[in-house]
Amino acid sequence: MAAVRLCRCRCRALLSRVPGAPRALRGLAAGPEVHFGFQSVTEEDRREKIFRLFFSPPRGDRPQRGNTTQRLLRHERFEVNCVSFSCPYFFCSLPVYQVFESVAKKYDVMNDSMTLGIHRVWKDILVHKMNPSPGTLLLDVAGGTGDIAFRFINYVRAVRERQLQRKLKHHQNLSWQEIFENYQEDKSDSLGDSQVVVCDINREMLKVGKQKAQHLGYSKGLSWVLGNAEELPFDDDMFDVYTIAFGIRNVTRIDLALEEAYRVLKPGGRFLCLEFSHVSNPLLSRLYDLYSFQVIPVLGEVIAGDWKSYQYLVESIRRFPPQEELKAMIEDAGFFKVDYENLNFGIVAIHSGFKL
Amino acid sequence: MRRLLLRAVGAEEEVEEEEGWHQLYPSHIPTSPLQKALLAAGSAVMALYDPYRHDMVAVLGETTGCLALPNLRDKMKHHPEGYRILQERPCIRLSTLDMSRLRGLPDGSLGREYVRFLEDNKVSPDTRMPPKFVDDEELAYVIQRYREVHDLMHTLLGMPTNMLGEVVVKWFEAVQTGLPMCVLGAAFGPVRLSARKLQVLATELVPWAIRSGLNASCILNVYYEQRWEQPVESLREEIGIFPPPAVRM
Repeated sequence: MAAVRLCRCRCRALLSRVPGAPRALRGLAAGPEVHFGFQSVTEEDRREKIFRLFFSPPRGDRPQRGNTTQRLLRHERFEVNCVSFSCPYFFCSLPVYQVFESVAKKYDVMNDSMTLGIHRVWKDILVHKMNPSPGTLLLDVAGGTGDIAFRFINYVRAVRERQLQRKLKHHQNLSWQEIFENYQEDKSDSLGDSQVVVCDINREMLKVGKQKAQHLGYSKGLSWVLGNAEELPFDDDMFDVYTIAFGIRNVTRIDLALEEAYRVLKPGGRFLCLEFSHVSNPLLSRLYDLYSFQVIPVLGEVIAGDWKSYQYLVESIRRFPPQEELKAMIEDAGFFKVDYENLNFGIVAIHSGFKL
Repeated sequence: MRRLLLRAVGAEEEVEEEEGWHQLYPSHIPTSPLQKALLAAGSAVMALYDPYRHDMVAVLGETTGCLALPNLRDKMKHHPEGYRILQERPCIRLSTLDMSRLRGLPDGSLGREYVRFLEDNKVSPDTRMPPKFVDDEELAYVIQRYREVHDLMHTLLGMPTNMLGEVVVKWFEAVQTGLPMCVLGAAFGPVRLSARKLQVLATELVPWAIRSGLNASCILNVYYEQRWEQPVESLREEIGIFPPPAVRM
């Protein structure tokens, strides 16, 4: 128990350092006014609000009860609101203790229901565009639940398989023994030295990602690191590819995140960003707005018990810079050959740039 | 109409400028008719699918109560005690209840039995969901009062908080308030009961609950906070609730 408490203290120290540190390092003040959805807040407030969005349980408007139980269950290492409420249908007073899941656990379910599963296709397209070869070192920022990382591993494995098959085809007169040995040594190298580092600012998201990895059977080639996109805990010139899928929208200082991306990429490295963007077609834009503002918060309330987070989500999509503006920002960070590809008429866009 | 359309497509700023952000009470989330319809349907499905989502039951009550709530509010307005409650807006909260005083009251009094009920079932009045989707500030208070009075209903009806007791209270409340959420709960609740309990429910408890509900005056018209010392039996008689049948729950 003491060890857990110590670990928690350290983690908290790390976490509390993370949002504060960029400010101290770069001499930022509590900050100019920035947007939080359609509200106007200081930078400091925005970071904290977004932080809390992912950390605090949904249905957080409800007052908490059962403080003792809450303390007891703290070692579970995620926020636990113990609520005794009634026999399920009638919110009466049966002492049914329930752990409120954080946004992290519902994240994947919400993604599927909001986009009707299309987000999977978008992520597939991103990895296909990346076209990684075995031996690639990928940094996936804000990739908490591991969607891009798992796709990367699958892709690299498939490429490796094909490579091995091609190699074996060229050997004509192998004995069965030699073929068997070939397969044995190559099996242990199914990834061909490829590695993914999944970095996220939110411990809960990483936790869910790790559980998913275990559940799906991914063991090798994955690392999970807690870190802030505006100040990455990595050295310069480390990675071949940097991806950020649906994460850059939540970063308060996008320019800092882009600078960090430039820093940690090797020369020749590629930056890829998958994010909601702007629909130019007027009719489609109206329909998209209608769906976003009418349906998505309702889905958030019904599925995750959290209207406000998903209201924030759709507002933040509207506030995010459009394709050309983001392209300019990426160029400002030092990337070359910056380009973007619209998916679904601009609902989503993939921006790509190279560090030369 | 224009406001609705603007809000529908997310032109929040234009709407704001026009009328000022009309958040009527702290937990209020203004919603369009389409959103209310979607919420009602979604919450009904989710409440059935996952019975532990009590917040969905609350949302269902709010989004479907547009006819029943004004009725309740009018009943309160036309009754002297109910009118006082609407004016003074009391809240049953741990911070407003003097638990030690209530515990010190004689056995059989409303206050003592209520505290006993809270302790036996390890519950607290503070976990009621605040109303979010009711677009009238007074009606929001009415539904909040209904939720707070629900525990007191258990005490008055002598029903425990297991499934069977809940269904009985829901039947009583359905007759009393006419809230669609209560009606749905009363109708669907028994689905998860055993045969023996269903029999007890059908033969004794539900008829008693309906008779009591019809006979009793409106339960929201009682200023419970001023009646902690009153014996439960006396209060039952005054309201018009028949003594509960002696069955094993």
